[in-house]
Amino acid sequence: MSSRSESRRVKAAKIRALMESEGDAVRANTEGFNQGRYESVARLEDYEGLKDEARAIKEEAIERLPELIDAVRETIEARGGTVYIAEDAADANRYIAELCAEQETETVVKSKSMTTEEIDVNDHLAEQGVNAVETDLGEWVLQVADEAPSHLVAPALHKSKEGIAELFNGVFDPDESLETAQELTAFARDRLGEEIADADVGMTGANFITADSGTLALVTSEGNARKCVAATDTHVAVAGVEKIVPSVEDLQPFVELIGRSGTGQDLTSYVSLLTPPVESPVVDHASPEEPIDSESADDREFHLVLIDNGRMAMREDPELKETLYCIRCSACANTCANFQHVGGHAFGGETYTGGIATGWEAGVHGQESAAEFNDLCTGCSRCVEACPVKIDIPWINTVVRDRINRGDDGEFDWLVEGLTPDADPGGVSLQKRLFGNFETLARLGSATAPVSNWLAGLGPTREAMERLFGVDSRRELPAFRRETLVDWFEKRGGVATSEKRAQRGKSGEVESTREVVLYPDLYTNHVLVDRGKAAVRTLEALGVPVRIPEIPSSGRAPLSQGMIATAREKAEAVADALAPHLIEERDVVIIEPSDLAMFRGEYEKLLPERTADAISAGSYELLEYVYGLLEEGVDAGVLSGPRGDGDVAYHSHCQQRTMGLEAHTVAVLDRAGYDVTTSEAECCGMAGSFGYKSQYYELAVDIGEELSGQLEGSGRVLTSGTSCTEQLGSLGDEPVHPIELLAPGRPAGGDDGS
Amino acid sequence: MHADQTAEAEGGSAIERFCERSREVGVPVARVSREEATDVIGELADPPVVATPLPWEGIDSPEDATTEPTPDDLERATTGVTPAVGAVADYGSVLLRSDRAGSEPTSLFVDRHIAVLDAADVVPDMGTALADHGDAFREESASIVVATGPSATADMGELVVGAHGPRGVDVVLIDDDADVGETIDGGSDE
Ligand code: SF4
Repeated sequence: MSSRSESRRVKAAKIRALMESEGDAVRANTEGFNQGRYESVARLEDYEGLKDEARAIKEEAIERLPELIDAVRETIEARGGTVYIAEDAADANRYIAELCAEQETETVVKSKSMTTEEIDVNDHLAEQGVNAVETDLGEWVLQVADEAPSHLVAPALHKSKEGIAELFNGVFDPDESLETAQELTAFARDRLGEEIADADVGMTGANFITADSGTLALVTSEGNARKCVAATDTHVAVAGVEKIVPSVEDLQPFVELIGRSGTGQDLTSYVSLLTPPVESPVVDHASPEEPIDSESADDREFHLVLIDNGRMAMREDPELKETLYCIRCSACANTCANFQHVGGHAFGGETYTGGIATGWEAGVHGQESAAEFNDLCTGCSRCVEACPVKIDIPWINTVVRDRINRGDDGEFDWLVEGLTPDADPGGVSLQKRLFGNFETLARLGSATAPVSNWLAGLGPTREAMERLFGVDSRRELPAFRRETLVDWFEKRGGVATSEKRAQRGKSGEVESTREVVLYPDLYTNHVLVDRGKAAVRTLEALGVPVRIPEIPSSGRAPLSQGMIATAREKAEAVADALAPHLIEERDVVIIEPSDLAMFRGEYEKLLPERTADAISAGSYELLEYVYGLLEEGVDAGVLSGPRGDGDVAYHSHCQQRTMGLEAHTVAVLDRAGYDVTTSEAECCGMAGSFGYKSQYYELAVDIGEELSGQLEGSGRVLTSGTSCTEQLGSLGDEPVHPIELLAPGRPAGGDDGS
Repeated sequence: MHADQTAEAEGGSAIERFCERSREVGVPVARVSREEATDVIGELADPPVVATPLPWEGIDSPEDATTEPTPDDLERATTGVTPAVGAVADYGSVLLRSDRAGSEPTSLFVDRHIAVLDAADVVPDMGTALADHGDAFREESASIVVATGPSATADMGELVVGAHGPRGVDVVLIDDDADVGETIDGGSDE
């Protein structure tokens, strides 16, 4: 156990160091890419349609993969090239080294390829006396600095111009010291130009390979990949087997999406569609004065090395299979708040970086590699809408986390087992177990409040919590309310009272015949009770009677710790509790967006399809529901308008935005007369339990400060999610839920007075 | 602004859009008649010039251009003139096909590339471009670079135009419907 608290300390220190050394450069670049993506995809007429097309092509290609591999082999061999399927990294490296030996080459010039990073081909060739030179400027910077890539597309994005200048001036000692980006680029271009002139073998990756024509698509900007092929007579392309698509025409959605999704460029400078051996003369720098011989096009050799290295097994794994659709555009990293602040050196494994790295690392290098960084995915889901092939990246992270939990032999702790009645195995860490069983804590907390709050805040308790569970002692704990929302509602007279009040509310011209089941999510029920009361009052004033039955927690808490079995149990219990209401056609209204995201999203994976569909179709986010009532003609006049200038600053919850539900809250506030400014930050950084964990506390605060800076000075701060409320409340004034402003007859945030 | 105009992208409008998009990605377009083309190419091409044959009757590269360059000629050349086999209006891209004459290195190793393009080969969108050339890939083993703007890198801490490939690109668009007089908007500003 103490080893766990020690490793948490080490991790916190590593993250702190990276935030200091690389954080600024990573943040400026990734946030720029992310913003560029929003702008670039907005220019497309049918972005969603294009993503669907891309997804469908990948699904088909992976389904038909064995057949497509055969087709590629046939096409390329018919043209005189060779295709080698390498089982693993060692196999690929051996084959490539043999090729270099046959060619008697000393230098191989390479264009950027993550797959060659995956197999570490440079190191292997160096052992054989062959010098592999990276010619992509970013990769070359890293080669000179002896560092690993920190990003899938812009490998050196953690380095500043000043850092690169210092590196080059130190290593190469040029006549005039280098300073500007132009000078650095010109210097690198000249040096690498000489390397390219000297080489006989050019090595490239491939973004896509078409089975019908044997064409490689290379998406680049610098022109080095073109030169590596044009100036050498032997071309070795290294690519994962998953890069194959059926036909040339299938390239269309990918070509249109990859640059937009990644760096926010509609198209990069060069999309090379090479059908090797290419029909182009070899620019042979060994004979610099001889006219380039057009017949030399016939001397070209081509070798395609297709890498398996775990991919065919991923294809058979129902959960990891989706990873193979990934086109490595980097959108999931750029849109991730955690990645924006720490970069791929913390948020990445042996080779791959960002949210999808969990899938790749687990598939090609093994689970241990993913375990290192996998917790940095908080499941905020912002990457899901950014992914051009619609991969459920958070789910892959959850599954791998669950497997890592299970893989551990498990230190069984009777005390915590007793406190945390979950269905997951002993390998789950105490920290995960504590947060995964938040429901038990909340029940205990309310039952014993205010003593529990007082006790939890005491120094010795906080120390023990930090040591045992890794709950950062700097973080304020939630204050449990003695009277839960459910208790309050029952005391007030339950559904009978609500019906009477709703009847009085039916004053407008349009009367709603709806009935609402308000879901008492854990936080609304035990901690943020006021937003629940405000919701009840608002719905009643709009003429809709409410009931608040006891319904178990959604399973979000255990799921985010990778405790899938426990989450499934919760989902089943929720389904049972909701069933009679759904049959009566009552609308289920949810305040906490992360719970609605479970109902609409993950329940598909945890429950039978029909059950999940029924819950998803019958559930609404609170302000989405209010918006719907207003659209049906219910009088908006009962909503409280602004008292002062009406300026409010609204941070919608990350998952709420992914569900497309930010706009509804903004619209309702707008109708009630408020002037709304919205935040740009993708996530508040708190993300459920994440910001409580001692190893991530400082990262979470760093992200939260960026958000609170964006909202500052724009008016009263409003948030929909619990995590955002806690995070922003710890950094400034306590925010309130929009419903607390809108509820009739407030004082906002104050008591209900009923 | 681009891909969403495909619906009305036929004939003239695709060419207009190509010109506009090309300029947006930093590639000026000289829209010229067949008769003017040779002169305009000559004006734009700063020596030393390397060139590959242009397939259109009566349209030629400058007389002093080297057409059978050595590797050193390529490295020394300021300007490379090659034909483009097509263009994509939505993106302002030109399609450069590799050939035995060396169009690929001629467009790549130089400081400035002049792509000569027939207006008839401009297509509205990426889907059409790939469909039109699909059989060339399958049956003729074609290799084509979709080139959009000059080479560039952001790897040295900020955006730099001109990485390994050309720093400047011009398109000479042969268009018999071109309005003589207001067609030439000059080369790239180098
Ligand atoms: S998972 Fe999706 S968003 Fe992430 S790199 Fe792969 S394709 Fe891009």
